Amino acid sequence: MHIVVCIKQVPDSKEIKIDPKTNTLMRQGVPAVVNYYDMHGVEEALRIKDKYGARVTVITMGPPSADKALKQCISLGADEGVLVSDRAFAGADTLATSYVLASAIYKAADTWGPVDMIFAGKQTSDGDTGQVGPGIACRIDYEQLTYVQQIEDINPDTGELIVHRHLEDGVERVKTRTPVLITVVTELNTPRRASLPGMLRAARYTPIVWTTNDFEELDRSKIGLRGSPTIVSKTWVPEPKHVSTDMLTGTGNEVAATLVENLFGTELKHSLGWA
Amino acid sequence: MADERFDVVVVGAGPAGAAAALTAARGGLKVALIERGEYPGAKNTFGGVLYRKQIEQLIPEFWKSAPLERTVVEQRLWLLAKESAVTVSYRDDRFNDPPNCWTGQRSKFDQWFAAQAEAAGAVPIYETAVTDAIIEDGRVVGVVTDRDDGELRANLVIIADGVNSLLGKRLRAHREWKPDQVSLAVKEVIALPREKIQDRFNLDKSEGCTIELVGETMGMAGLGFLYTNTDTLSLGVGVMVSDLKRLRVKPYEVLNGLKQHPMIQRLIEGGEVKEYAGHLIPEGGYTAMPSLSGDGWMICGDAAQMVNAVHREGTNLAVESGRLAGETAVAVHEREDFSSAGLQRYTDAVRKSIIHKDLKKYKGLHGLLSFPESEKLFGQLPQAVNDALFEFLSVDGEPKRDKQKQAFRKLEGVAGGRMDLVRMALKGWRAMNG
Ligand SMILES: Cc1cc2nc3c(=O)[nH]c(=O)nc-3n(C[C@H](O)[C@H](O)[C@H](O)COP(=O)(O)OP(=O)(O)OC[C@H]3O[C@@H](n4cnc5c(N)ncnc54)[C@H](O)[C@@H]3O)c2cc1C
Ligand SMILES: Cc1cc2nc3c(=O)[nH]c(=O)nc-3n(C[C@H](O)[C@H](O)[C@H](O)COP(=O)(O)OP(=O)(O)OC[C@H]3O[C@@H](n4cnc5c(N)ncnc54)[C@H](O)[C@@H]3O)c2cc1C
Repeated sequence: MHIVVCIKQVPDSKEIKIDPKTNTLMRQGVPAVVNYYDMHGVEEALRIKDKYGARVTVITMGPPSADKALKQCISLGADEGVLVSDRAFAGADTLATSYVLASAIYKAADTWGPVDMIFAGKQTSDGDTGQVGPGIACRIDYEQLTYVQQIEDINPDTGELIVHRHLEDGVERVKTRTPVLITVVTELNTPRRASLPGMLRAARYTPIVWTTNDFEELDRSKIGLRGSPTIVSKTWVPEPKHVSTDMLTGTGNEVAATLVENLFGTELKHSLGWA
Repeated sequence: MADERFDVVVVGAGPAGAAAALTAARGGLKVALIERGEYPGAKNTFGGVLYRKQIEQLIPEFWKSAPLERTVVEQRLWLLAKESAVTVSYRDDRFNDPPNCWTGQRSKFDQWFAAQAEAAGAVPIYETAVTDAIIEDGRVVGVVTDRDDGELRANLVIIADGVNSLLGKRLRAHREWKPDQVSLAVKEVIALPREKIQDRFNLDKSEGCTIELVGETMGMAGLGFLYTNTDTLSLGVGVMVSDLKRLRVKPYEVLNGLKQHPMIQRLIEGGEVKEYAGHLIPEGGYTAMPSLSGDGWMICGDAAQMVNAVHREGTNLAVESGRLAGETAVAVHEREDFSSAGLQRYTDAVRKSIIHKDLKKYKGLHGLLSFPESEKLFGQLPQAVNDALFEFLSVDGEPKRDKQKQAFRKLEGVAGGRMDLVRMALKGWRAMNG
């Protein structure tokens, strides 16, 4: 089995500040961490690897400094880490990002064998759209299972799997067959801590870097800023709605009477016959 | 257990550990550098001033690439009383080129320094704490970490895990430090626009100044400091743990007191506190130094009490001891002798180095740091000197001869009499001169 996990480096939300003048994220100097959800994707892939044996390839599109995130995944047990990095990819919105990631997944399949499963986070903590996972699935025509909170069963021979999707009003149990793209929520698992041998391996590992030159059929009009039709016209912090509060005082009966009067405009004592 | 075996495991990636790992890796050894912080320096703190000499020996002209704050061209000493200060300072443009020392931030510097060791081939293992030593037949043969399969074997372990040195205690190189062998320091990093810093401290773009503060520590043995970074100030104070215990005072109370001092207040005014940190400083000096090596191990830096408190030198001694340990590792590797006899070479090298010479010079100082001596030195004396100068410099119609007498009387008052004043001075002199 070949599993690809998409991870994204995001600014550490514990350290983030908003520029009070422009209302935009101040990214400079903020340490980067792997998007929280994505670590659960990595963990699930590694659990499948531990149980059934699989090759786990971790892919990220980002600046050269994102190699740190890939090394972290290697320390946990991933087989390869690929950094898709090129100035030409910069400024990508979710459309361009998912195009490049889909291309990278094709290339990963060419390099290490057909991809059976892809994991992505439900969403990121910075861009927050939740569009990239489904975007990849559409492009490579994989079935998509979003908001997965449990993988109940996988049959590595037939590729059949049963997952539980976390929906707003309940849990949906779905049965399907690989190849699939799964976006994960945090209930899925608890990410592991790297072992010492894992740390040693990561310390010596150099992630693979793919630039635009490494892709044979890349449509340059679909990448980077040029391939990104999203326009951010304005960002703002919504005004909090001001609701006035009246504290009612008095005995219980008095408070109840005033409340009813305020709410319904009727006098309580008449309708209930109180003295 | 990791299958792999190393020549040297270095525990702690502070200045001592990074210097040891760099030296050993350059000597062709297979080195692992273990650090519990997320990255080297992540949680480390100091005043702090970084010195050229010892780092330069490892990395020539390192200041051209290392993350440093300001080049220190002026050093001031303030004797504080409640609302006044006697100030002494020395400024010299010769401190610019070659630079003598810089202010720095450990979160940046340690990371950079350890990266040099990594570049030389040391294998970094961070976010990993060493919890124990592996001891077989009385010999240290590796370390245990807090990770799964967490044992790592090596011919040699270099202990550079700082003042709280868990391994130092484990190997009985030393016991838990006594309250009069360590001080507890707290420090704030205060952000200010760089132009303001330059104006207030009379500095050029890259120039920096340091102020050491004596007095106003509630009569406890301790020193305050105020250093200029590029766009922050470091303000802190370290007080002997024995005194804090005796008076049941928290160190931040002392720091808050200093912040109220009129001379300090105007220097930090308008600044925003960005960081707050606390750390122990070894103060035991020469007499508190543990045995420095044994079967399969060597110990460096703060873990071995290598701090010269009088000159606030610690990082440089750490780097020096780390280098000596690294060199010893390379030498004994060739002869495959990792016994305590073979490693005696390290102890001897430290003995011949500046570390031993300087700490020995101040070995009597420790006696002045304990109560009641400390109260005179750090409480009454600074106050008396200030009062004496107030007397002497007030023009109020009294003849100068009388003024001089009154001023002297203030100082004698602290010592207990004229002869005692002489005795006190002599004692101080001896403490500072071995
Ligand atoms: C309105 C708007 C304004 C923006 N403004 C800026 C800006 O000014 N500057 C800027 O740098 N960015 C900006 N972005 C962000 C950028 O467009 C997105 O970060 C990027 O396209 C990914 O989208 P996302 O973060 O919403 O990911 P989501 O769709 O929320 O991510 C879901 C999952 O997809 C995978 N994934 C996402 N991105 C990657 C990746 N790069 N590599 C590998 N896997 C990935 C991860 O598994 C992730 O958990 C903006 C986005 C929006 C919507
Ligand atoms: C407030 C203050 C001001 C100071 N001012 C100055 C100054 O101006 N100039 C100066 O030269 N010196 C100064 N010093 C002293 C100086 O900071 C120390 O002497 C120096 O840092 C010692 O270096 P080291 O490498 O021995 O120890 P440390 O710098 O303490 O490094 C030890 C490292 O080991 C790691 N570690 C600890 N335990 C473990 C473990 N179990 N497993 C793995 N890793 C571990 C720690 O995280 C740390 O990174 C000051 C100290 C303080 C507290």
